[in-house]
Amino acid sequence: MKLAYWPGCVSRGFTAELHGSMAITAEKLGIELVELDRANCCGAGIIAEHNQELADTLNARTFALAQETGLAMMNICSTCQGAQSECQQRLDADSAYRAHINEVLSGQGLSYEKGKGGWTNKNFLWVLVEDYGLDKLAEKVVRPLSGLRVGPFYGCYVVRPKERLGYDEYPDRDLYLEKTIEALGGEVVEYDGARKCCGFPVITMNRETSLRQAGTHVGDAIDAGADCLVTPCPLCHLNLDMQQPEAAKIVNRDLGLAVLHLPQLVGLALGAEPKQLGMSKHIASTGWVEERLAGTPA
Amino acid sequence: MAEYTLRVRRYQPESGEAAYWEEFQVELDPSLSVLDGILQARDRDDGSLSVRCSCRAAICGSCGMKINGESGLGCKTQIGEAQELADKQASVGEGSSEGNTIVVEPMGNMPVIKDLITDMESTHWTKIRRVTPWLLPHGEPPEREYVVEPESMIDITQSMACIQCGACVSSCLSMEADPDFIGPAALAKAYRFVGDPRDAETKERLHDLANDPHGIYDCTHCFSCIDACPKGVAPMDQIMRLRRRAGEEEIHDVNNGENHVNAFVKMIEKKGTNDEALLLQESYAPGIKGKLKPTKGAIKGLLGSLPVAIRGIKTGKMRSLPKLIPGVHPKLPDGAQDEVKAIYAHAEEHREQFNIYIKGEEEVEPEPDEKETV
Repeated sequence: MKLAYWPGCVSRGFTAELHGSMAITAEKLGIELVELDRANCCGAGIIAEHNQELADTLNARTFALAQETGLAMMNICSTCQGAQSECQQRLDADSAYRAHINEVLSGQGLSYEKGKGGWTNKNFLWVLVEDYGLDKLAEKVVRPLSGLRVGPFYGCYVVRPKERLGYDEYPDRDLYLEKTIEALGGEVVEYDGARKCCGFPVITMNRETSLRQAGTHVGDAIDAGADCLVTPCPLCHLNLDMQQPEAAKIVNRDLGLAVLHLPQLVGLALGAEPKQLGMSKHIASTGWVEERLAGTPA
Repeated sequence: MAEYTLRVRRYQPESGEAAYWEEFQVELDPSLSVLDGILQARDRDDGSLSVRCSCRAAICGSCGMKINGESGLGCKTQIGEAQELADKQASVGEGSSEGNTIVVEPMGNMPVIKDLITDMESTHWTKIRRVTPWLLPHGEPPEREYVVEPESMIDITQSMACIQCGACVSSCLSMEADPDFIGPAALAKAYRFVGDPRDAETKERLHDLANDPHGIYDCTHCFSCIDACPKGVAPMDQIMRLRRRAGEEEIHDVNNGENHVNAFVKMIEKKGTNDEALLLQESYAPGIKGKLKPTKGAIKGLLGSLPVAIRGIKTGKMRSLPKLIPGVHPKLPDGAQDEVKAIYAHAEEHREQFNIYIKGEEEVEPEPDEKETV
């Protein structure tokens, strides 16, 4: 399997361990990634808030760069998925609007074409379940995550709005994390926050609202007996992991729950070592996860 | 006809007991609604089972409730579909994949009066009144009706479709964390007047909503209200349009909302990808290097992020110059940054808004040879 790859900004910034672990995990899965290093930020919904046409054109450029490679595109960030799907929905809705957007891209030798060769833009989670296949994934597991209790945390942007995110065609997309955890041999922990908001989008505007959300979900997962959370969204990771000690102050309780990026969880089951996967860079210690898995060496 | 089990969250205040769950067996056609199922249970099993309803056709907005955890109208949710969702939710983990109970609860983020009846006054209506939901024109009223161009009203038709059912309020994840958040229904209503050409206090309205700590910048962008709304109002989209209008009016709000948007937009023009250190600094204190004095709130915000940075340096997460020093972050390579700048020049000139709600999607897929070749 060969895919055009948009890693996003945060995966190469404050959560650089995500970018690194994706490379290791992709190799173990046998997925070849062609990184789009000329592509730009998706705008994270913020640029669309300022100027919709600007966000649509910036993302049309990324799509056009991916289409140039002749490959389907994969991202590793729920927020990129949501922000890009929003722009793609508008671009695909109307040929006159698309032509207007393509006007500026044509000056750069680029063009975004609707549905060109069945072109898709999918999060790693969707690729894993829909294209790679969970049976094939399960076959690759060399260190089953037996006994590891994992709480899924999706990130809003791959869960809602359902109509825009292809749930008509793939109605189970909001169960893929559970299915993936099970395919890796882990145990799914049910708790209230799995499909709720981490609060990150308002961290600079209303810190308390933001961290109360993060702290509540981490606390609920701990109460449900989770050993760790797993998320396909690096922005959720910032609030759930990097801000976790601050969130603990807001919800006034002890937290201390490891939060893994999806490629890290997959990588662990495929035999990669925690340090290789950058888990030591996390703020909330991943030591407990490593202890739980110590009995099942790769 | 099919059999269903409704698991209903009940609360009878006169009993003095806490809320509890009760299951009702109902038998009806899958195409009928969850509300029909509740009414059947009330008729056959327990006349005290309380629910608010009237039109049964998604017009009156009375029967807002949570069905399998999702906020919506009881009359607009087919019981067969509710069963499918219940089975789907139970299909992972230890659950079974059929015959699960359909869970029915009163709406969230509101006090419960009895069973499925919530107190809409204390949250929903109070917040609706908070946004001054009536026209504020200036000058003497015209002798006859106000005349406006139809095009200028199209922009606000989406927010006018609201039936005040409260489903968006029930689903709002910001309100869960901050009960004082003005919320999706009231802010969508606010846009209905901000966008109305007859209203003369647009700026005042935007100042008010931007500077309220629980106003437009308290929305956490979770899309819950978009999925909950039975009428396609997309309240979150209306909140984003309020933010866009506030930005155009250059309203420097106390929540750093406008700063954050401006900082983000400028940063991508310069660098192409997110320079997190610069974004943090500029969101709290734009122009800290010279022109402007940072506010007290900005200094507090910047200081508040220091412990996070120190922890990041310790684990190695932030142990590099671009992650610590604003502006060191590299540009896109090989002329790509100039392409991004060209896009900015074009889009900032046109600022086109394409609203799918109004324009709709093209129905017919053009033939390959008819596709525009741009």
